[in-house]
Amino acid sequence: MEMNQQYLDMFIEESKEHLQTCSDYLLELEKNPDDLSIVNEIFRSAHTLKGMAATMGFEDLADLTHKMENVLDAIRNEKIAVNSNILDVVFESVDHLEAMIMDIAGGGGGKRDVSGIVSKLMAIEAGEQLPQNNPATKETAADVAMEEVSSESQLVYDEYDITVIQQSKEQGFNVYEITVSLRPDCLLKAARVFMVFEVLEKNGEVLKSFPTVENLEEEQFDQTFQVAFITKVSQEEIQEKISKVSEIDHVVVVPLTDDMIKKTGKGAIASKEQLQNEIHMDSKQDKKTEAAKKEAKTAIHNSHSKTIRVSIERLDILMNLFEELVIDRGRLQSIAAEAKHPELTETVERMSRTMGDLQNIVLTMRMVPIETVFNRFPKMVRSLSRELNKKIKLEITGAETELDRTVIDEIGDPLVHLIRNSVDHGIESPEVRKAKGKPEEGTVTLRAYHSGNYVFIEIEDDGAGINKEKVLKKAIERGIVTKESAQTLTDKQINELIFEPGFSTAEKITDISGRGVGLDVVKSTIQALGGAISIESQEDVGTIFSIQLPLTLSIISAMLVKIEDEIYAIPISSIIETSIIQKSDILNAHNQKVIDFRGKVVPLIFLEEIFEVPRNEKHEDGCHSVVIVRKGEKLAGLVVDSFIGQQEIVLKSLGNYLKNIFAISGATILGNGQVALIIDINALM
Amino acid sequence: MVVSEQDIIKVIVFQLADKEYAIPVSHVQGIEKMIHITRVPGTERFVKGVINLRGVVTPIIDLRERFGLPPAEKTESVRIIIVQLDGMEAGFIVDSANDVLDISADSIEPQPEVVGAIEEPFISGVSKIGNRLLILLHLDKVLNLPD
Repeated sequence: MEMNQQYLDMFIEESKEHLQTCSDYLLELEKNPDDLSIVNEIFRSAHTLKGMAATMGFEDLADLTHKMENVLDAIRNEKIAVNSNILDVVFESVDHLEAMIMDIAGGGGGKRDVSGIVSKLMAIEAGEQLPQNNPATKETAADVAMEEVSSESQLVYDEYDITVIQQSKEQGFNVYEITVSLRPDCLLKAARVFMVFEVLEKNGEVLKSFPTVENLEEEQFDQTFQVAFITKVSQEEIQEKISKVSEIDHVVVVPLTDDMIKKTGKGAIASKEQLQNEIHMDSKQDKKTEAAKKEAKTAIHNSHSKTIRVSIERLDILMNLFEELVIDRGRLQSIAAEAKHPELTETVERMSRTMGDLQNIVLTMRMVPIETVFNRFPKMVRSLSRELNKKIKLEITGAETELDRTVIDEIGDPLVHLIRNSVDHGIESPEVRKAKGKPEEGTVTLRAYHSGNYVFIEIEDDGAGINKEKVLKKAIERGIVTKESAQTLTDKQINELIFEPGFSTAEKITDISGRGVGLDVVKSTIQALGGAISIESQEDVGTIFSIQLPLTLSIISAMLVKIEDEIYAIPISSIIETSIIQKSDILNAHNQKVIDFRGKVVPLIFLEEIFEVPRNEKHEDGCHSVVIVRKGEKLAGLVVDSFIGQQEIVLKSLGNYLKNIFAISGATILGNGQVALIIDINALM
Repeated sequence: MVVSEQDIIKVIVFQLADKEYAIPVSHVQGIEKMIHITRVPGTERFVKGVINLRGVVTPIIDLRERFGLPPAEKTESVRIIIVQLDGMEAGFIVDSANDVLDISADSIEPQPEVVGAIEEPFISGVSKIGNRLLILLHLDKVLNLPD
């Protein structure tokens, strides 16, 4: 049982990947219903999933996958023609499977009532008069299995190998061909291979293996692999030693005879040639699919070749330790600055540079391509558009753009909401689009890209756009703005009104979006991540939602400022500049102190008043230190006592006990070990 | 005679003004000497601010202020007792940390109603050990901000 627990995470993770592959290829299949190689890919993923689910004892999951597999198999064998209805059912099965996996991930047993979908799948299968299908699949599966188990030698020896073998024999070594079969439910194939090789290398030398060592390491084999092995150890002993490695089904050790060398050599070469011919012919016949297949394969290959799985927990620990180091670095820097010891200063500088590189690496390790969020949208848009009887194409660009793991986890729901919004409210029905002279099929574009220290995500649709009169009318009805102030709003400000709490313009409330809770939640989620959202819209042309997110959440550049003896940090990202102003520069406008900053009237915010800083004695001199900050297009001047300087700081939460402190977004630990609070510019303006 | 473990509670005993209070050891993470506290604006008066507790920003509550006792002089014996409850960590400033004691569950009596002190709502019971009277605290009530 504890083994199960140990593998559960891996199972969940891999199941998710296989389900993702299924839905990706299903979408692909819908576009090219005649391309049966796609069905093969889906079938393969489903098959693996079924195997894993059965091994882990999730019967409902295995059962549903099995039924789905039968349908796929029938498609693959051209017994059923692909159509949207069938795909709908298969998509629905994938949804059920996803729900089960989520249940398992949440600690459940993966149980779910799937009788409805199962009977649908069976109907598809049977409806096409395919009662023989079930045994047929089993048979072919068995055939394949038989082939895999057969221990016929796959090893090919070249002349060099043969010389080595003969010399070894002359020197009294034994040469064996060893066939190792792993148990079909073996989860860590590469690990078992490694263990077998370790045993072998302790006792002799591995001459050759089939598949090659690289392929073995990447788990590119079914259950069986073969090695040619040179050793002094006896046949029985080596068999016994390998059998001790767990999850091994059986081991066959045969002495290698000269006959075998020649025979296998020839046979393999012949079959190799044949294979090459076949590939050649294939490529002539169907260059396109072959190329596509290859591309897909290499893509998979690339992503698998040089990665390892590391649990997020470990990365978090690494991050925490690194944060400690950043704090100590700050401390060392201040000590070195005080001590004025040249060698110390130099060492600290060197260390700082190395730390900078290290910081980049640690941060990029936590980066995940946004693909992991984006890849669930094609399916979502597909089902939404069918539900709403609209024709919608989803285009995704920049899916490889990377974001911090924490942001990735949080950004999914807001994006779902925005896309639903575009699909539901943005894109018009085909008839309306036709009347407007637009193509019947609407386009929703999901775009991600890097720029500076930010990642931008844009959701663009070529739909109806925002109707400004309607928005204004609604906003006045709901009391969000008054009639008088509505007159003075710019177009941009009117668009922004849809982010206000309690706002919904959909005339018809649908299931999909528009219950008046939503866009304001989207906005606050994004702000909580340190990001911002803006909207651009032109009636009948379309709408663009643009989300700006920080690259990372844990270490930022900040300006440290002092008020009396308290130190506060202001994120550099919102600072425009710092300046010293004379008392006489301060003007009064509507009870608000303002300054003229490069021709703009900028309100002053006295932090000592906001934060009620206790004063020992009245701070009186002729000038103020001011940090000019920005939120969107608004500017403000934060009045402080003095500037300390710029520093990299580690963001820390104030914990659960101190929640919702006004204008404080968190804390950081300074070089001297004390805590400084980070000012939340958004709340001040 | 063997006393089953359930009957014994290990507590940390600390001093506030002239009374001794107790918190179960299971809720105590550690006892720290007084260090620099960073004031957090806009919080309750008894929240003195936050400290850096080995890299974790931890809020600090002045128990004297929480119980409405007059402020004490700053002495060397002042300690911060770090407690945790339901994943929430906080530090209590106390006059001094006195002892770790085993008290039997039987010896805990409900709070006599006549006491009528300001800290009454925070008290879960009292225990008499020899001639010492220990006041056991309701941690959740001490931590919960008044609504």
